[in-house]
Amino acid sequence: MTAQVRTMSLAQPAPGAPALAHLVAEAEVGGAPPDDDIPLYAPRRKIYPQSVHGTFRRIKWAVLIVTLGIYYLLPFVRWDRGPNAPSQAVLIDFPNRRFYFFFIEIWPQEIYYLTGLLILAAILLFLMNAVAGRVWCGYLCPQTVWTDLFFAIERFVEGDRREHMQRDVRKWTVGTYARKGVKHFLWLMVAWWTGGAWVLYFADAPTLVKELATGEAPFVAYAWIGILTVTTYSLAGHMREQVCLYMCPWPRIQAALTDEYALNVTYRYDRGEPRCSAKKAEQLRAHGEPAGDCVDCLQCVHVCPTGVDIRGGADLGCIQCGLCIDACDVIMTKLGRPTGLIAYDTDLNIKQRLEGKQAFYKLVRMRTVLYAAIIVVVGGIMLYTLATRDSEGISVIHDRNPMYVRLSDGALRNGYTIRIVNKQLKYRDFIVSVDGLPSTLVDFVGVPPRADGRQLVSVGPDQTKEVRVVVTDYSATPPAPSTSILFKLIDINSGEVAEMRDHFFGP
Amino acid sequence: MAEERKEIDALTGTPTTGHEWDGLRELNTPLPRWWLWLFYITIVWSIGYWIVYPAWPLLTNSTQGVFGWHTRSAVVADLDELKRQRGPMMDKLATASLAEIAADPQLLDFARAQGRVAFADNCAPCHGAGGGGAKGYPNLNDDDWLWGGKLAEIEQTVRHGARAGDDKGRQGNMPAFGRDNVLKANEISAVADYVRSLSGLSTEPGVDLALGKKVFADNCAVCHGPQGKGNRELGSPNLTDRIWFYGPDKATIMQGIQNGRGGVMPAWGGRLSESTIKALTVYVHTLGGGEK
Repeated sequence: MTAQVRTMSLAQPAPGAPALAHLVAEAEVGGAPPDDDIPLYAPRRKIYPQSVHGTFRRIKWAVLIVTLGIYYLLPFVRWDRGPNAPSQAVLIDFPNRRFYFFFIEIWPQEIYYLTGLLILAAILLFLMNAVAGRVWCGYLCPQTVWTDLFFAIERFVEGDRREHMQRDVRKWTVGTYARKGVKHFLWLMVAWWTGGAWVLYFADAPTLVKELATGEAPFVAYAWIGILTVTTYSLAGHMREQVCLYMCPWPRIQAALTDEYALNVTYRYDRGEPRCSAKKAEQLRAHGEPAGDCVDCLQCVHVCPTGVDIRGGADLGCIQCGLCIDACDVIMTKLGRPTGLIAYDTDLNIKQRLEGKQAFYKLVRMRTVLYAAIIVVVGGIMLYTLATRDSEGISVIHDRNPMYVRLSDGALRNGYTIRIVNKQLKYRDFIVSVDGLPSTLVDFVGVPPRADGRQLVSVGPDQTKEVRVVVTDYSATPPAPSTSILFKLIDINSGEVAEMRDHFFGP
Repeated sequence: MAEERKEIDALTGTPTTGHEWDGLRELNTPLPRWWLWLFYITIVWSIGYWIVYPAWPLLTNSTQGVFGWHTRSAVVADLDELKRQRGPMMDKLATASLAEIAADPQLLDFARAQGRVAFADNCAPCHGAGGGGAKGYPNLNDDDWLWGGKLAEIEQTVRHGARAGDDKGRQGNMPAFGRDNVLKANEISAVADYVRSLSGLSTEPGVDLALGKKVFADNCAVCHGPQGKGNRELGSPNLTDRIWFYGPDKATIMQGIQNGRGGVMPAWGGRLSESTIKALTVYVHTLGGGEK
């Protein structure tokens, strides 16, 4: 019914108009319901997407295999870091507050790398959108990938669109129940594996698998597997396109971000209209009258995972997966017509062709250049800081009470608590010096001097150490109420230096 | 007939409540069945709770529950677990001597952490959060000690206190020279100026420092020493350094000579555990002024 209404609306010269305007157009053209009686409520129609073969379907399978393969198998990839660190390539180690990604080890205070990644992800999404609309939605979004997998399972068990629909409307037999049961069981298995793979990113994967199998894993692991099993099962099995239509904010943001040059899955109505049966089209053509290539076979609608009729123009529900292109191409090939009646194209090009002008695609635009520039800058900053990040660090806290201490000979002393960070996976010895005061004595509380008289602070592999330091100023002239001083942390073996500024207070 | 039949909303096929406000009708959408069933199940589940956990108040007590679980016993179990985790280090702290603690970096860290907490709980009200002291309460960060700054001396002061009625406590008072009519007003003024001059502070113009010196030698030198260097046996402060217990101004010094001084440090032995006293000693010693 919807398809028919939308077909009628195509008599309007503005099929490229957005979905809402399009609804209004329906009402006007249909004539029957007055403007203020547009239905604001529509019950969900269950979607039975039909299987399809073609280029974009193959791309989607490839993306599905690669992304899910990475997701399920990555925790098992090993990476040797020596005896003092875990040997899992990708590991979020919450108890020890470390994040490992192959050769990178991130400490909690370096969480800004995550900020950088989020910025990159957002701008990359914007760039994808500027180039080819919602390709993220159609190919890479986890919701799409898992829903696609669940569709495949559903078709495998319950048959393709027609068979499945017929069985659903007929009286349910034992066989129907059995098929449904098998389908839900398989879905739950996939969902369970999805949750299971998730927790493996947070602990040593082989050990945790063993613990899970023997019931010795921590409760939180089972809880998270349970939660993700439920979310995967309900989101990919039951909610499906409703997530894209009602829950996801991206379609709304995307609609505000896009422009007329971005490639979209587009029905080329310049070629397709007026639509009529293949036979009638032949007759019309024989008489030299115009006939469109669209034979109204509805294949593009039947394969759509969100139930959109792309011939209605740009649609909020369209996730740009291109499956309707594959479906249409099959039909066009059978009819001996050129393929590409539906294709990644722009409405601008349709208008160009209608006016007899050359179609074009403008890749280099202000926004694509700007997005690419932001990606390069942010990515460059991240790479630079990552490549030059220190393997050691020092932070200093001045005593709050007392702010300074007067010694019996009149000298002034300030107390500090310093924390030394050793990001390397080996023991290191550090010496700390203080610059900025004319005559100082630095004493580490509880650090025994070595044979050469130096007080060295030894910090374990991948650890921090807190030390109390007292700094005494013996200069004859009384120091200012506040003097800026510089703590220098020096690795005595490699000579690497880390610095931190603080203050020396006086009366 | 229309009143008797359920009104069905044409668009959604859902019954309405029958009320109409300016053409708006409210759909009568009952709670989903699954939700209701979950709700009933939780009610049944709660009955299980009453049985296995303490639940219903009785006159003097409450139902105890068949699991025997109690918030109080749970806290005790948690505290026992904490004690067990700290056990090895606590044992080490209890048996080690002060010198051994100071020599073992790991034990020193542990003792300082314990000491910091104990200090905040017991000592900070007088000595300040960081041991910075106040008028009449010594600063524990500096290198000037009334009763000595070695580990053993600090421990004795913590354990037995000063002038707190403990036999082994620190004894020694600043007498009230003025109030007890030992010194006359002009003598007090003169000796106060003399004491200020010992550490190079300014004196009042025209003051008789010779008188001050004589008064000092006759009355003060017994405890504070002929040069005013103080005496740790008696807790008499060094008057020649830059640190003032009560304050360096003449009025404060005269007040002390007139009325005497005798602040009390409580004896913590018996009130705090042996380990805590050791931890406190080590903590105070490492604030910066500890003597070897």
